[in-house]
Amino acid sequence: MQSGKPILYSYFRSSCSWRVRIALALKGIDYETVPINLIKDGGQQFSKEFQTLNPMKQVPALRIDGLIIGQSLAIIDYLEETRPTPPLLPQDPKKRASVREISNLIASGIQPLQNLSVLKQVGQENQLTWAQKVIASGFTALEQILQKTAGKYCVGDEVSVADLCLVPQVANAERFKVDLTPYPTISHINKTLLTLEAFQVSHPCRQPDTPPELRA
Amino acid sequence: MDGVGNVVASGAARRRPEPILYSYFRSSCSWRVRIALALKGIDYETVPINLIKDGGQQFSKEFQTLNPMKQVPALRIDGLIIGQSLAIIDYLEETRPTPPLLPQDPKKRASVREISNLIASGIQPLQNLSVLKQVGQENQLTWAQKVIASGFTALEQILQKTAGKYCVGDEVSVADLCLVPQVANAERFKVDLTPYPTISHINKTLLTLEAFQVSHPCRQPDTPPELRA
Repeated sequence: MQSGKPILYSYFRSSCSWRVRIALALKGIDYETVPINLIKDGGQQFSKEFQTLNPMKQVPALRIDGLIIGQSLAIIDYLEETRPTPPLLPQDPKKRASVREISNLIASGIQPLQNLSVLKQVGQENQLTWAQKVIASGFTALEQILQKTAGKYCVGDEVSVADLCLVPQVANAERFKVDLTPYPTISHINKTLLTLEAFQVSHPCRQPDTPPELRA
Repeated sequence: MDGVGNVVASGAARRRPEPILYSYFRSSCSWRVRIALALKGIDYETVPINLIKDGGQQFSKEFQTLNPMKQVPALRIDGLIIGQSLAIIDYLEETRPTPPLLPQDPKKRASVREISNLIASGIQPLQNLSVLKQVGQENQLTWAQKVIASGFTALEQILQKTAGKYCVGDEVSVADLCLVPQVANAERFKVDLTPYPTISHINKTLLTLEAFQVSHPCRQPDTPPELRA
């Protein structure tokens, strides 16, 4: 029995989905996208079918090797352990700690506070201010940290999970019109990463579910 | 030089300094790390950071230099300072691998990480102190209850597939380190736990283990006298 390609449940603009798309591209893993539109039909993530698949009712989720994994960092760690080449973590435990601190700072400390369901709850008139505050706060900390850890990329000169988290979060910042002038290290690393093919092919503007007017 | 690059005074045996944990007794994220340190038998010193007093000691200039995120926990160990509880725990796991806090099998490890991240990204940040400050005092309880109930509904479904004695099978893992403190948060916010029997049962089992007791908020150096057990 032929096992099918991995299936990624993804939304083109979801920064968490983008992290996983970058990982799959870097590791050269072919996959199929099943788009989950977070806005249409009241939000397709709330369907009975999708809830059975991922009880958190969020993207991304990855169907691979007979299992379904939710939570972008858990997915990426699984890919790292089962498809170790090229590595997305350095060898040295202290550098790995830096990579994980940055990844978790973004994945726990910034993104959840400005995701769709939280923004819905703060109310439309407050959304922009809320998101900008949350991102600016996190980026201020991140800029400080990167000034110690960064080389060409977030940690030294090798692409790591930290970089997979950074680029999509900068895209969120731009979408919420956050002024990036106070964060030159973040901006510079983001620009460098966006020249890499894996960050381009996985970009929100190039996905199967990208709306025509946003397609590049 | 000793094994991790610290200069050791020659002629006199200088003990390597103990790790230092910057912690608040009631911080669920700090509790996760305290459990890990206890399970791995790592002796450490606590520097309490009171998140309420003096406008919040996490906002001091000194602490901000230490942890730019201005949050607890942070761990000073082996010459570095690490923030973010899961990053700290992963570092402990890789440098002090016994006993392990992750199973061997990659698929089980994925389950452990999914549960850990569900809690550490999907629930706790949405009901932490700084977010609650922003929603306003009259809305805080409802907001926190909604966020926790939503996450626990998903978690209960997942645990029904993965749980044995603990969150994933029959070995304590990082998922359990995240679960117990989050249940304590739920109780503090008066969330009705009746819809989550698997969560409740695992939580009860874990609380019988010494590492979960010695690390408990009611037994910390900075536990207020009226809450001490």
